[in-house]
Amino acid sequence: MTRPKLEWRKVGKRFGDATVLEGLNLRIEAGRSTVIIGGSGQGKSIMVKLALGLMAPDSGKVLLDGRALPGFGGRTQRRLLSRSGVLFQSAALFDSLSVWENVAFRLINADRMPREAARRRALDALSRVRLGAEVADVFPADLSGGMQKRVGLARAIAADPEILFFDEPTTGLDPITAAVINELIVDQVKRLGCTAVSITHDLASARRIGDQIAMLHGGAIVWQGAPGELDTTRHPDVRRFVDGG
Amino acid sequence: MAGAAAMTPVSAVGRLALSSLRQVGAVALFALRGLWAVVAGPWYLGQVLRQLVAIGFFSLPVIGLTAVFTGAALALNIYTGGGRFNAEQIMPQIVALGITRELGPVLAALMLAGRVAATMAAEIGAMRATEQIDAMKTLSTDPYGYLVAPRLVAAVIALPLLTVVADIIGVAGGWGVAVGFLDFNPTVYIRSTVDFVEPQDVGTGLLKAMAFGFIVALMGCHHGYNATGGARGVGRATTQAVVSAAILIFATDYVLTTLFTAR
Repeated sequence: MTRPKLEWRKVGKRFGDATVLEGLNLRIEAGRSTVIIGGSGQGKSIMVKLALGLMAPDSGKVLLDGRALPGFGGRTQRRLLSRSGVLFQSAALFDSLSVWENVAFRLINADRMPREAARRRALDALSRVRLGAEVADVFPADLSGGMQKRVGLARAIAADPEILFFDEPTTGLDPITAAVINELIVDQVKRLGCTAVSITHDLASARRIGDQIAMLHGGAIVWQGAPGELDTTRHPDVRRFVDGG
Repeated sequence: MAGAAAMTPVSAVGRLALSSLRQVGAVALFALRGLWAVVAGPWYLGQVLRQLVAIGFFSLPVIGLTAVFTGAALALNIYTGGGRFNAEQIMPQIVALGITRELGPVLAALMLAGRVAATMAAEIGAMRATEQIDAMKTLSTDPYGYLVAPRLVAAVIALPLLTVVADIIGVAGGWGVAVGFLDFNPTVYIRSTVDFVEPQDVGTGLLKAMAFGFIVALMGCHHGYNATGGARGVGRATTQAVVSAAILIFATDYVLTTLFTAR
């Protein structure tokens, strides 16, 4: 069995009296695009935050390339994060910075790249998400929700990461814009040859961007399969989720 | 049941004490992490400059206005009080002493608490609410280094400079009232002030200002960084930042004054 790129091993997480994750196991193979689906409040975002080291599990561990992730703050964690890119649900762009400064944020502030070179890289990343140089100097507040998501995607891919995380990439977007975002995600994951982990409850998006689907329910992964199996599986939790019953 | 009822006030006091200690511990830990980021880097000089402009330059009007009216009112009060002992002539010296040692740094700090601590708490709190702080972490950038350290450094530099401005304008306010309405000789007033004020009067005021600058930035950053509960939480953080900064400024002022006046 090959070593997974990313693995949640017997992970548990509680908030007060509420158990969100319990004995959760999931292996993400390198180069694959895995989508985690599940209802609201099931802990999908918590799974990603644990993988990013933004919070620590109460039990179990999350491993990247076979190494357990330490809590955030140390240089080791920052080095591990330097290989990741994240598209947040709200895009989470820095409002005080222009679009290109957002895209080049890591290059300028963590990699200490000169601003001119970083700007060139940012413009290249923007072009990859089909945004022209004319948006480079505007501020995020002046962009539509779909364009903000594209800038967020450009920021995630600007440093050519090995692993990409997408947190509800199409939530709040109209179907046409959502389809554009899905296409961009598929293109970029293929182009970078990277591992992708997405969380969503948008099944159309899950089918389009995933080559493996995992269902989170009751604090654990209860089903895994290919996107096509979503329609054929008889797993009750998956059926209820897919059929909306 | 009677035992349980009797325990209620005791347990309430205990809970309050524990909660207060937890708060103090959280602020102390936050301050240490911020200071560590100041010392260890990486340093974001552009951010420090941006904060210096936001904290220092843009606070000049409000601090100047506060100082001029305070100096003027202080002059009138001292003139009236001094008149009871036929000691009106000591007014320039007392105004200068009151402004440089006490009112200059304290009023500048309070104005900064109202303007800057609130802004910091709202700005960082909004970043917390919209996942920008999480995004910053995933972009391999420590928010303590990028957000907190530049604000701490800028406030510690800016407030003493603002205090110098407040001192000068405050004394000028007293001079204006004395010369304009109380028939003081303008040259004699200035000479009395300059001859009387010692470097340590200004120096202790500036040391206080440095401490107050640290408090203002610390409270603004701490409450913003730990804001929870969306827009309502950001509003709460803003209020807490201003109130806690103001209380700490007064408490620290008393402690430092005690130290500086100890014989």
